Amino acid sequence: MATVDTNTPHDALDLVNSQRKKGVEFVVMAILILCSLVAVLVTVGIVLSLIFEAYRFFERIPMTEFLFGTQWSPQTALRADQVAAEGAFGAVPLITGTLLISFIAMCVATPLGLMSAIYLSEYASKRFRDFVKPALEILAGIPTVVYGFFAALTVAPLLRSGGESVGLNVSSESALAAGLIMGMMIIPLISSLSDDVINSVPQAMRDASLGLGATHSETIRKVVLPSAIPGVAGALLLAASRAIGETMIVVMAAGLAANLTANPLEAVTTITAQIVALLTGDQEFDSAKTLSAFALGLLLFVVTLCLNIIALRIVRKYQEQYD
Amino acid sequence: MSKTAIITAKDVDVFYGDKQALDKIALDIPEYKVTSLIGPSGCGKSTFLRCINRMNDLVPIARVEGDIRIAGQDIYAPEVDVVALRAQVGMVFQKPNPFPKSIYENVAYGPKIHGLAKGKTEMDELVQWALEKAGLWNEVKDRLDQPGTGLSGGQQQRLCIARTIAVKPKVVLMDEPCSALDPIATAIIEELIDELRQNFTIVIVTHSMQQAARVSQRTAFFHLGTLVETGPTKNIFTSPEDERTQNYITGRIG
Amino acid sequence: MTDLISPSSQLKGRKSAETRFQWYGRGAIFVSLLFLVVMVGSILTKGVGAFGTTNVAIEVDLGPDAIDPANPADARFEKIVKDALKTQFPEAKKRKDRRMIYGLLSNDMGFELERFVEANPEAIGGTATVWFRASDDFDAVAKGAVDRSLPEDERRMSDKEIAWIDQLTEQGAVERTFNWSFFTNGDSREPELAGILSALMGSALTLLVCFCISFPVAILAAIYLEEFAPKNRFSDLIEVNINNLAAVPSIVFGLLGLSMFLNTFGMPRSSPLVGGLVLSLMTLPTIIIAARASLRAVPPSIREAALGMGASPVQATFHHVAPLALPGILTGTIVGMAQALGETAPLLMIGMVAFIVDVPDSILEPATALPVQIFLWADAPERAFVEKTSAAIIVLLLFLVTMNIIAILLRRKFEKRF
Repeated sequence: MATVDTNTPHDALDLVNSQRKKGVEFVVMAILILCSLVAVLVTVGIVLSLIFEAYRFFERIPMTEFLFGTQWSPQTALRADQVAAEGAFGAVPLITGTLLISFIAMCVATPLGLMSAIYLSEYASKRFRDFVKPALEILAGIPTVVYGFFAALTVAPLLRSGGESVGLNVSSESALAAGLIMGMMIIPLISSLSDDVINSVPQAMRDASLGLGATHSETIRKVVLPSAIPGVAGALLLAASRAIGETMIVVMAAGLAANLTANPLEAVTTITAQIVALLTGDQEFDSAKTLSAFALGLLLFVVTLCLNIIALRIVRKYQEQYD
Repeated sequence: MSKTAIITAKDVDVFYGDKQALDKIALDIPEYKVTSLIGPSGCGKSTFLRCINRMNDLVPIARVEGDIRIAGQDIYAPEVDVVALRAQVGMVFQKPNPFPKSIYENVAYGPKIHGLAKGKTEMDELVQWALEKAGLWNEVKDRLDQPGTGLSGGQQQRLCIARTIAVKPKVVLMDEPCSALDPIATAIIEELIDELRQNFTIVIVTHSMQQAARVSQRTAFFHLGTLVETGPTKNIFTSPEDERTQNYITGRIG
Repeated sequence: MTDLISPSSQLKGRKSAETRFQWYGRGAIFVSLLFLVVMVGSILTKGVGAFGTTNVAIEVDLGPDAIDPANPADARFEKIVKDALKTQFPEAKKRKDRRMIYGLLSNDMGFELERFVEANPEAIGGTATVWFRASDDFDAVAKGAVDRSLPEDERRMSDKEIAWIDQLTEQGAVERTFNWSFFTNGDSREPELAGILSALMGSALTLLVCFCISFPVAILAAIYLEEFAPKNRFSDLIEVNINNLAAVPSIVFGLLGLSMFLNTFGMPRSSPLVGGLVLSLMTLPTIIIAARASLRAVPPSIREAALGMGASPVQATFHHVAPLALPGILTGTIVGMAQALGETAPLLMIGMVAFIVDVPDSILEPATALPVQIFLWADAPERAFVEKTSAAIIVLLLFLVTMNIIAILLRRKFEKRF
């Protein structure tokens, strides 16, 4: 074996200095990090501004009254002996109203969205899929103000006259109209998320079931869906969070009457609709009325954030399971 | 004829997370020669190659220990700038990977970032020199502004070689440069490699023993993360000292 | 022997369950798409009328009694038109009837005549036939939107008014033209005069601000997260943050804008600057997520090639990876901008709901945006605003469709590059 002489000197190579501009690159990296911090700053900004303004509200109105009070009338005093003209700030009717409308929306959107997703991912031909998926995406791309307009001007009167003809008294700003339309709005969200989830169920599991002589629908119901359930649950939670936070549809179709009711034919109001009502128009920024909007905003943010975190965690875990 | 080692590796260990990929590699690579690294897949030959220009730095879980010197300088020393290192140690990859830009820009990119050419004419000369060296000039001189991705596979790989040598590195690393090419393109590249050793030290990883025999003067045989045997190519192929080398070249392991 | 051909009764049941199940799926898709068709269809049919307008020819007296030829600008143009109407309909003697004939034309009739005289100074001194814009109620009758079979007290137009309109129509003094003013006017209390130009400009300025902020920030953030960020808890935090931010209700961003930009930083209320800022924070997550996906799609061989020849990571990213990912990033940005264009709720919070007649020409002036204009008009009591609202929605949807088509074409064009 030939030996190699390692001691002969070489032309010196410069491995230390390069043409790169270290200073420039340092600045570039700093800018990059700064930009990705913007997202964090926005969250911090949201939390701080909501907490700060809500704190000022809770200085005037105790938090327990806000969370458990059943009267909401920020405009006028309820009783003569009440302090100044500050109204009642019990958020319970708003919370129940929000939940009622979101519940109706989920009742509409869950079966429709889920069945659409199942059909698209399990049965549909490629051509059918290529046509229907973009069409559903259109539904997702329509601004909510358009849904609100449709709900208020077409669906609500229709429900009202329909109700009259069968002897039901339907409010012209019924929870049902807002809920139905909101349900339509979140169908594409549920169907596209569930579609992803169903597609990530391994083919081997389907093959196993089909190989035992199960029909396709039995395979879907007994094998595919059960293993997709966590992912679907995550999708539904995200959709619910979207419904709770939706604003324009309820502002335009649900009205402002803070009724504590579970009857979908009556008018209810929601957290988001009240925020809009409280903050549009000129406001002095010190009144409890204006500040209460931030307390409602904080409530909304906390609830949707919790839903989102749980949902995203479920979806992530689910994806890891099959990766 | 005295052989001068330009690259010396001592006690090189590489870990990917907990897994050890290379174990105590010691190898000297002579200047202006072609050295081929052979061995069954997964033996660590590519890993070792990527240590020489520190491409392993890009793998977050990779850890390199030991001592690798080029022209006497420790390339893992803290003051070494990987960018300066890679300007001296160029690399040609398994699959031709020209930038989706024009042929000219592909070759001019390296000299541009390293500031090797002053002015347009100097750059034009450098690009022509590199393309001539890579044996591609006559085929592309009329369409330098066309995308490099439009060339055939073999031409793309020669473009990548031109791109690498345009920076005028000391060492050119080649990671199975012909594995994605047909036999005719492979033959052209092998011929090219033989010519390039006049100006460059070449280290080539190959899974083809015939190729190692054809192009290289020295061969190192890797197996399961260790360097089994190294020596002049004809010795390795005609009278290997280690039984594992024997088994490999006769096709019993691989 | 087992029969593989003729199904048992149990199998028949299972087969029909299979068929039923498939029909549920088809039904769900059908209902969703039907809803889409009905909603868009109803808005289209409602809104299409607003793109036309009704004009009425009235002969006006521009004689020396009405207009001083030396000083035409001082003339009382509205009175001239009203007098012309009185001459046209001599039977309208009572005050109420007079008001009705004036109501056939839009409130702008005085200005319209003034513009006519300015453009045709030679008409001064004689009589001239001038086309005036009809009022919204006239317009409704002219396009047949008023049901004449209804009893008089149930419709907006009385028999008398309808008779006058018919009389004018018979004389050939009524024409319908394309309603250009819908695109060239600002908002107005009068439906026949209301246009979307100020809202369109407001939206354009707002989107401009939004784009200028969110595009660079999102790209740079995506580049950092995808190309440079070490895998640690800090990067994880940013990642979780972005995903959550994408799901925060839009109105919360409005509250942030109100409390932070308006009250703390004292930025101008109702301005496209603040609107754009708020919307950019909202679209940031969308663009970042899209940009990261397209950076991830750039093959690693490109990075290796650049790094292998001694490009620094920053050079490799900015010279090679980012340019290749740009089409994908642009697609994501357009989708994000489309989202921002349709967004309403946060703009309500920062006061972009003002009644804006003038077209804003800077990002600091009060402005409104197209979706907010839709919201405002949807609330207006006049029937004719329903039509206007639908027409504004059609314009908004056209913009959104255009943006999405551009995004799709861009994606198609660059999709097969690697």
